[in-house]
Amino acid sequence: MSFDADTMLAHGVTSSLTGGLGRPGLSRRQFLKSTGALGLSAALLGVGLERVLAADDLDSLGKLSEHQWTMVFDLRLCDGCRDCIKGCQKMHYLPESAEWIKVYELKDAAGQNYFMPVLCQMCQEAPCVRVCPVKATYHTPDGGIVVDQNVCIGCRMCMAACPYQVRVFNWDDPPQVPAEVAQSDPELQIPQQKGTVGKCDHCLHELREGRYPACLESCSMGAIYVGDLMTDVATNGVETVQLSKFLRDGHAWRFKEELGTESRVYYISGWGEDLDY
Amino acid sequence: MVVPTESRSHRQALIDAALAPQRHPGRVLTTVAIVLGIIVATGVGAYIYQLMSGIGVTALNDEVFWGIYTVDLVAFIGFSYGGALVSAILRLTGAAWRGPITRIAEGTALVTLAVGALFPVIHLGHPERVWQFFTQPQLDSPLLWDMVAILTYLLVTVFLFSIPLIPDLAIAETSVDGWRKRLYRRLSMNWVGTPEQERVLGRATTALAILVIPVAVMVHTVLSYAFSLTSRPGWFSTIFGPYFVVAAIYSGVAVVILATVLYRRIYHLEAWIEERSVRYLSYLMIALGVLYGYFTFTEITTEGYVGEESATNVLFTILLRDYSVAFWTFVLLGLVVPILLVAWRRTRTPLGMGVASALVILGMFLKRFLIVVPPLTRPLVGDEVGIYFPGIVEILITAGAAAGMILLLIGLFRVFPVLGIHEMAALGNEFEDLPPIPDRGDTS
Repeated sequence: MSFDADTMLAHGVTSSLTGGLGRPGLSRRQFLKSTGALGLSAALLGVGLERVLAADDLDSLGKLSEHQWTMVFDLRLCDGCRDCIKGCQKMHYLPESAEWIKVYELKDAAGQNYFMPVLCQMCQEAPCVRVCPVKATYHTPDGGIVVDQNVCIGCRMCMAACPYQVRVFNWDDPPQVPAEVAQSDPELQIPQQKGTVGKCDHCLHELREGRYPACLESCSMGAIYVGDLMTDVATNGVETVQLSKFLRDGHAWRFKEELGTESRVYYISGWGEDLDY
Repeated sequence: MVVPTESRSHRQALIDAALAPQRHPGRVLTTVAIVLGIIVATGVGAYIYQLMSGIGVTALNDEVFWGIYTVDLVAFIGFSYGGALVSAILRLTGAAWRGPITRIAEGTALVTLAVGALFPVIHLGHPERVWQFFTQPQLDSPLLWDMVAILTYLLVTVFLFSIPLIPDLAIAETSVDGWRKRLYRRLSMNWVGTPEQERVLGRATTALAILVIPVAVMVHTVLSYAFSLTSRPGWFSTIFGPYFVVAAIYSGVAVVILATVLYRRIYHLEAWIEERSVRYLSYLMIALGVLYGYFTFTEITTEGYVGEESATNVLFTILLRDYSVAFWTFVLLGLVVPILLVAWRRTRTPLGMGVASALVILGMFLKRFLIVVPPLTRPLVGDEVGIYFPGIVEILITAGAAAGMILLLIGLFRVFPVLGIHEMAALGNEFEDLPPIPDRGDTS
């Protein structure tokens, strides 16, 4: 199975990758709506362009669909060490109480404990985006969801709407951020502001510069993969896999699929077999 | 100024009764007002502290991120619905016994809404950005619908209070002096009671009464949507719209009853506010109580019988575990006892009905807490339970708001007549079976 941009647009990115897990009509509509339509109409109207796009020049329109990020968690490898949390907090200058990625210890059907890291699931039908009254949280062209810290009014409606419990409120001032790290770009959420909602930003600031997300970097087990739906490639920083095959072979699933959030984070549970890598 | 059907002295007695709260309040009432003022000032101080220190001074946390401010918002705006609806429905159905209570009903609607409408802002992490509701609204958001609905409702409620007030101000103008006289003259807008003015007033009042019903239903429905349009167990429920609407009327009618009983008693308005009016209101209240109890029952039954795990987890938390004392206290004191107090002839006195309505007010506040908080304490992922009990800042602000509503109502009727003079006179039949009016020194 090979993928190119046109095939993806025709069949819907997620559904063609997961072989029926997604809903083709919806994901296609969603894809067009969240990227092309949103970006283009905003550009045409000249309204809020700088908030929709990372850069406010028209050149960046061409980059809209260059990457569509996704993440895969190989739960067979996760040992619950929580290093991903620490790496994330260090990267984003977060207090210890703010976990943009959480690691839950859950029980499977056989009563076995397993660890499940949960970060923003990159829903393409995101409940949080829909309920924000002031458009502070929004889809980025490359499939992420961010909170504009300068716009968020702190009503916490998005926290109520998120089924994955991944949003955290900035109750206090965040740790001091060195001046050279502080970002003025609303999509690069460093530093956080007191009184707003924070969440995993998929380390878009790293991905766009060709680096890995902080959680992946700090995972010594290689359980965290970042992928690109457009090029059908994923990597955990050590090895590179064909994303669609990796998901299919691992019987990948999406968290709370039944809610129709069309998330872009995949989990691989495994069936107790020996791993050949 | 022409007031139909009644003799001059009788009319003057009515005007005097309507202006009774404007007389010197006496030591007890002054003390009460000062205490209320101190509570309000403390609440304002607490809010200033929260503004300066951030919303982290509350007991809210990442699990229970909505707490008592959200309860205040839902409960206080709910209180206002009773006044608006009582006034509107009784006018539209031509219920003659409404005469003495519509003004108090409209007054309670106004003050409770004015205070309740502050809480959407008080609970924000960045209240100074609230203007963004207008500059970059997201039309899909239930909170935006809330904002639109509340502001519309506030506007309608202001008119609902002030339009029927116009003839009263003209009528009472000669009975007041000083700044009140000037105010009454200006606000009465040249009312002299010509047939044309009567016609316009009647049409405006009817139009407002018709308008306020769907607007109020809308407000409480979209308030419920802030909860039910999420996928959270305990909130994601189709019954929430009507559930909130009925809760609002139930508690709101209780507020009208309590205010009426208190004004009736404190200012000796027994001759004007018949016990019948309070009694009919109480019947309305217990009918709504039964309806609310039924809604509560049917919600519990559908969730509990099917037994979907996440839903029953929330349900059992409320019914049997952490919040069971609060829940059964609500059932007993917020539903059963008030209904019995009104149903039993011997306690169906103004005092008994006042106690019943006070219990309903407190019980429904507690019930709103049970709607907002327990579902948030149950995790959506994992098994870490959230904990919340309002912090001192939240309690002070809530107490300040409650005291503020009472103080505003007192202030409102220190300025404006507490009885609908024109409406009572127009209804005429109000006076037929009244005891003789005591001589109050009719000077005209």
